[in-house]
Amino acid sequence: MTALSEAGAAVSPGAPRAIRRSPYPGWFFLPAALIYGILFLVPTLASLYFSLTRWTLFNSTFIGLDNFAQFFREPFLIQGLVNTVIYAVVTSGLKVVLGMMLALLLTSAVMARGYLRSVVFFPVLVSTVGVGITFTVLMHPTQGMINETLALFGIKGPGWLVDPKLALLSVALVDVWKGVGLATVIYIAGIVAIPKDYYEAARIDGATKWQNFLYVTLPLSRPATATVITLSFIGGLRTFDLIWAMTRGGPGFSSDTIASVIYKQYQAGFYGLSTAGNVVLFVLIAILVVPLTMLLNRRQGHE
Amino acid sequence: MLNKTAKLLTGLAAGLLTVTALSGAAFAQSVNLTYLIPSGPENQVIADEVVKAFEAANPDINVDIETRPGGSEGDNLIKTRLATGAMADVFLYNSGSLFQAINPQQFLVDLTNEPWQADVQASFKPVVTAPDGTIRGAPARAAMAGGIYYNKKIYAELGLSVPKTWAEFMANNEKIKAAGKVAVIQTYGDTWTSQLFVLADFYNVQAKDPNFAERYTANEAKFATDPAALRGFEKLQEAHDAGLFNEDFGAAKYDDGIRMLALGEGAHYPMLSFATTALVQAYPDNIQDIGFFAQPGDEAELNGLTVWMPDGVYIAQTTPNLDAAKKFVAFIASPEGCDAQTRAGGASGPYLINGCTLPADVPPAVSDLLPYFAEGGQNGPALEFLSPIKGPALEQITVEVGSGIRPAADGAALYDEDVRKQAQQLGLPGW
Repeated sequence: MTALSEAGAAVSPGAPRAIRRSPYPGWFFLPAALIYGILFLVPTLASLYFSLTRWTLFNSTFIGLDNFAQFFREPFLIQGLVNTVIYAVVTSGLKVVLGMMLALLLTSAVMARGYLRSVVFFPVLVSTVGVGITFTVLMHPTQGMINETLALFGIKGPGWLVDPKLALLSVALVDVWKGVGLATVIYIAGIVAIPKDYYEAARIDGATKWQNFLYVTLPLSRPATATVITLSFIGGLRTFDLIWAMTRGGPGFSSDTIASVIYKQYQAGFYGLSTAGNVVLFVLIAILVVPLTMLLNRRQGHE
Repeated sequence: MLNKTAKLLTGLAAGLLTVTALSGAAFAQSVNLTYLIPSGPENQVIADEVVKAFEAANPDINVDIETRPGGSEGDNLIKTRLATGAMADVFLYNSGSLFQAINPQQFLVDLTNEPWQADVQASFKPVVTAPDGTIRGAPARAAMAGGIYYNKKIYAELGLSVPKTWAEFMANNEKIKAAGKVAVIQTYGDTWTSQLFVLADFYNVQAKDPNFAERYTANEAKFATDPAALRGFEKLQEAHDAGLFNEDFGAAKYDDGIRMLALGEGAHYPMLSFATTALVQAYPDNIQDIGFFAQPGDEAELNGLTVWMPDGVYIAQTTPNLDAAKKFVAFIASPEGCDAQTRAGGASGPYLINGCTLPADVPPAVSDLLPYFAEGGQNGPALEFLSPIKGPALEQITVEVGSGIRPAADGAALYDEDVRKQAQQLGLPGW
């Protein structure tokens, strides 16, 4: 693509840039444009309008920026923001570390490698809500299998989902269990793609296993690391389903994320307010993701 | 192929003829009504029994029951279906403040001039009256109370008596705890159950401060600054701080609470009295062990019961079968309708329709309610029937106070903030 436009520029230097001719007639785009307009453009613009109103679904009153003022006054917005960032950092961090460890194991000459690889990937395929409900049962403070097992060894297990200090981390751990398979697969692809020559050269230099990992595998799987971090960080920022299935933001408000705060406002019938929240979330994700994408693109240019 | 097409065409023509022949003549075929109820075993058995009795009396009308989730998820669904014109013909929904939030004037059929209104008790009518003064609903159930279920076996074993003041209640709790039993059951796995200590305390608030509801609606009285109103939050915190709850209170659900109460695993369960239906259904052998008392206040002479008006049944404006729908609502608001509910185990309190009677052998949890309604007894409506404002985050706030995450005064202040949002959403003056 770049080569093509450069060639075009060479043919007519200094000439005004010609409008690119589409090979299709105008009506050809009509269905797509209609779908895009009705399902994406209109709702986006409507949501911008409704975020400026007090909206009951039945009628709406224009109130200017009051919703935004109210949204930023929400006592749980700050906690929701902090929780969202904690959740995104914890899940993406653990997925990187565990994903790398599992990938190393599963690219080694371990027994039944193909089977083990598919087992690690299996939780990725299961419905998030199903996983959430299952773990809610397993993490019950007195009758859950986890704490009953701990009790066999004389350990009194904590209230995984009912202790306000632990609830968010417990959900994050389940998220890691469910998502680590994807990170592992990405790492396996990255590690397998490292040319064998490097390892041979390292062996000739007398590198230990640990040096092999530290100076060959780790730096050369950096593209895989970048992919895992991006995917899981964005996933963590907009997380909702698992938290809603397991704690509904509770106990109280202690595991609320931005998405669950917005959903609760919507449920309570504060439609204008929750629409304003969505506009804020949209801007926030844009602010975080645009620089991240730019960073990644620059790295691609270097390589 | 050709043969098939010919057959199809003939069939179509015959069908058209039949339709033409029928139109104009009286409809002999049956009418289908849809009836939307909240999910849950007690709702289902009652609706089944009522529909069965109605269909037997009206063979030309067929009623299909649909269910929806309860709580705020259900509120949302009701609003969405009304706004999109996709509501069932007849539906069951809260009266009082939640009824006001669904814009009854625009979406519900006016039932002011129905003949059965003459038999509906006057106390119910205001809670289903639209802002324009028209009545838009009928009482669907028996009246309920908010208070405290208790296990009579445990009370007999430990020689306790029904408390009239909060101090007596806490003294009972200490004895129960000392005997190694769970004194107070809490079930925050279903967050709505956490609100009872606050909501059921309203009779006590009103007894101390008779104008609280008006001043609260007018943005003058606040939970955090009115000492009587703050007591509900404080009581919840006191119960938590005294370590009276079951060990798994954070994860246990409503069904667990019912079980613990019925089987004597716990002594007290603060709950709405509709739970009697669930107790009758699930633990018929233990129902004689279960009693009920009003949430005690600080003075014995002011002891009284906080009463919940039952849900209403409403007809959506969009119904194509208005006559049949009106017949169905009239049946629900008739003694036959009450009897069907009683047969299904739904006699959980006094009915609000003249001519409806309770059977003589009601469970003790129901007969314990009756003195509060009789001469000399004291009862008053819950706040949500005196004011259109109920903050939607109360259940999360009471979970926090009851779990010791947040002190009572903080929780009350936070709830005032939540109330302010709701009042603004409703467009009330003075906010």
